Amino acid sequence: MKLVSPARRDAPSSRSPSATLLLRSVALGYLAALLVVPVGMVFYRAFEKGFGTAWDAVTTPPAQHAFFLTITVALIAVPANAIFGVLTAWVLAHYDFRGKRLLDVLIDLPFAVSPVVVGLALILVWGRDGWFPSTDVIFSTPGIVLATIFVSLPFVVREVLPVLEEEGTDQEQAAATLGARGWQVFWRITLPTIRWGLTYGVILSTARAIGEFGAVAVVSGKIQGRTETLTLYVEDRFQSLDLTGAYAAGVVLALLGVTVLAIMTLLQRRHGRI
Amino acid sequence: MAIEARNISKRFGDYLALDDVSVLVPEGSLTALLGPSGSGKSTLLRVIAGLEVPDAGTVLIEGEDVTRRPARTREVGFVFQHYAAFKHMTVADNVAFGMTVRKRPKDQVRARVSELLELVGLAHLGKRYPSQLSGGQRQRMALARALAVEPRVLLLDEPFGALDARVREELRAWLRRLHDEVHVTTIFVTHDQEEAMEIAEQIVVVNEGRIEQSASPAQIYDQPATPFVMSFVGPVTRVGDRLVRPHDVQVLTEPGESGEEAVVTRIARLGFEVRLELLPPEGEPLTAQLSRTEFEQLEVTEGQIVQIRVDPTGVTKEPVSS
Amino acid sequence: MGPLTVGGLSVAWLTLIVLIPLAAVVVRSFDDGAGAFWDAVTAPQAVAAIRLTVIVSLIVAAIDAVMGTLIAGVLVRDEFPGKRIVNGLIDLPFALPTIVAGLVLLALYGPNGPVGVNVAYTRVAVLLALLFVTLPFVVRAVQPVLMGLEREAEEAAESLGAGPFTTFRRIILPALRPAMLAGVGLAFGRAVGEFGSIILISGNLPYKTEVASVLVYGQIESGNTTGAAAVSVFLLLVAFVVLLGISFVARRGEGR
Repeated sequence: MKLVSPARRDAPSSRSPSATLLLRSVALGYLAALLVVPVGMVFYRAFEKGFGTAWDAVTTPPAQHAFFLTITVALIAVPANAIFGVLTAWVLAHYDFRGKRLLDVLIDLPFAVSPVVVGLALILVWGRDGWFPSTDVIFSTPGIVLATIFVSLPFVVREVLPVLEEEGTDQEQAAATLGARGWQVFWRITLPTIRWGLTYGVILSTARAIGEFGAVAVVSGKIQGRTETLTLYVEDRFQSLDLTGAYAAGVVLALLGVTVLAIMTLLQRRHGRI
Repeated sequence: MAIEARNISKRFGDYLALDDVSVLVPEGSLTALLGPSGSGKSTLLRVIAGLEVPDAGTVLIEGEDVTRRPARTREVGFVFQHYAAFKHMTVADNVAFGMTVRKRPKDQVRARVSELLELVGLAHLGKRYPSQLSGGQRQRMALARALAVEPRVLLLDEPFGALDARVREELRAWLRRLHDEVHVTTIFVTHDQEEAMEIAEQIVVVNEGRIEQSASPAQIYDQPATPFVMSFVGPVTRVGDRLVRPHDVQVLTEPGESGEEAVVTRIARLGFEVRLELLPPEGEPLTAQLSRTEFEQLEVTEGQIVQIRVDPTGVTKEPVSS
Repeated sequence: MGPLTVGGLSVAWLTLIVLIPLAAVVVRSFDDGAGAFWDAVTAPQAVAAIRLTVIVSLIVAAIDAVMGTLIAGVLVRDEFPGKRIVNGLIDLPFALPTIVAGLVLLALYGPNGPVGVNVAYTRVAVLLALLFVTLPFVVRAVQPVLMGLEREAEEAAESLGAGPFTTFRRIILPALRPAMLAGVGLAFGRAVGEFGSIILISGNLPYKTEVASVLVYGQIESGNTTGAAAVSVFLLLVAFVVLLGISFVARRGEGR
């Protein structure tokens, strides 16, 4: 009788090798055609005319401004959502209250709404004919910040909440019996416990913030050198038929994205989540 | 009286966990809250600790009414079934935690931590992390942690429930010895009646949110107050309308004198004991437990008709409603 | 700071950032009355855009269901050099800004593409863009379930004489169904609202390759915020209905 090894055997048992090969080829072929080769092409196109040209294309004043604006917006939006995320996850994990399910659904709303609708929504609130008209929001950095916060809102909650739910409240109760006050428990026990979830959430949130396009396209007015983020800059270069510039800026964003991915994967592997 | 719980009631939604429960725990004693799952024993312990707020009733610790006080201020040590170890801290930091949050001076903390690690037998493991310890070691760490700030009362919630049978036995005896040494009033919750009988001085039997009996192990066993207590704490068998301990059922092969007839339906030899399953002509099957010697003297076989009598000096029960 | 305060702060933040703006869209969509709402949504250009969006999104969801499961299966059950890297690549669409995704597809499948394929300004372009951005959803939903599957059920089927295809169809697939449907739901929801990856490659030709989000964008730019709001709300409703349908199918499947 065959010895049954643990449930995670990866080798297919009785599938023929040709079937395996076929499936593998289809999967890899699909990924190559859809993902890998196109991304490779962007790098190729960006550097087609030489590294110097590409570098020049992304160091023009508008490009630099776009870069710094994108980073600034992320530096505001991400910490804001991190604080919201931790507090909300904490409340959701510890307490049962009416409307808890509703809150849960609401937090996921930003995932379900088209970015263009997000931009529209902000205009309808803060724009000239909006509910709280203000000249400092639409076509200005605060508007971009609000749009970015909207779209990157759920990430920290979604990463931290499962960690809190899995750990349970035993540790925190133990700390309480040992004499720790509320904030001591939070600082010494809760925060260290969620540090990985928080990290992943912040990383995902940052990637999303940097990559936002649709909402910001609507809300910012795309004023070059003022309210143009890096993603808007890519579109701008494309529409201006400056393909090299578009690809070069695209490569910057792609590199940022890939770096984010790599950091996540590395951390996950070190932390043992993979 | 170190701890007094008076008329505690606690409801979770529709579920009544504790129904007007009162318990007295003497100073320096080792008391067990014994009962089946869902009996409310853990809830009672947590109410005493301050981790749950009762809907009604009072909790007094050393005469002080602490009912409205949070766990933090009650000076209770609490040990959880699944250790509640601070996973991101070393064993030493875990044990030191209570003192650290009270801002005690570092050398004082260090001294006390090594003293306690020594006491619980984890002397050279201070720098390890809880994940590197076995279950039994983690629980001993949890105990050291709880004792570090010199609590007035030590409360343990099924402390050995998550451990292997072997480790459970070892730690059971160890807890008893620790208590003899440290003399802190201790209450522990368990569903294992053997555990309670073995180490507790006082057993409080809890069932469906009510106290069935509160007495010493001997009294619990020999003079159970209710049928529930009797069947929970030891083997029982039904003779007529009474609950009786199987070893109080006498089996006779000589006819005469009072006694019911019954057929021996099964003989099970369990090493030093022999269990006989008997069936009276009109009635429920019952069990008798004999020592090997008694059995050999009797010389019964399966299918034989014998006389049964209940030993009048043994424990008998109030009539049981069927 | 007690839990009530914290909870209150969270809800306040959520309300300010998400609820009020979304409420504004709903309110504005009916600003000129239900009649105007209906007109905006039934205008020929809107109908074309919405229809294109929903149909292509459904097709994409279906393709994702198949390819996503296949890829998950290969990643979980197969072994080959570089598998780890391939696994990491799946998340690329999440990490890449949508506008760059559009650029990426344009580089290969647009004019001046090296392989001579040019789908720019066609509906295939829309399909391609949506396939790109929704790739990870089904894969990541199915992977953990597949990894956790007890092999014993499959082995039992094998010992009873089932071939690998039958085993897949009758043992593995039913177990994966809930995760697949969850992934499909997410993919569909994402596809319906997608904007950045489509605008460069599709050309946004009304009645041909203009999707709902692009239509809404155009309406905003031309100041027709009421119309934009109406189409947005309608699109959200349609997406909601489809998602409800998917979860209904999922629930029914589990009951069996």
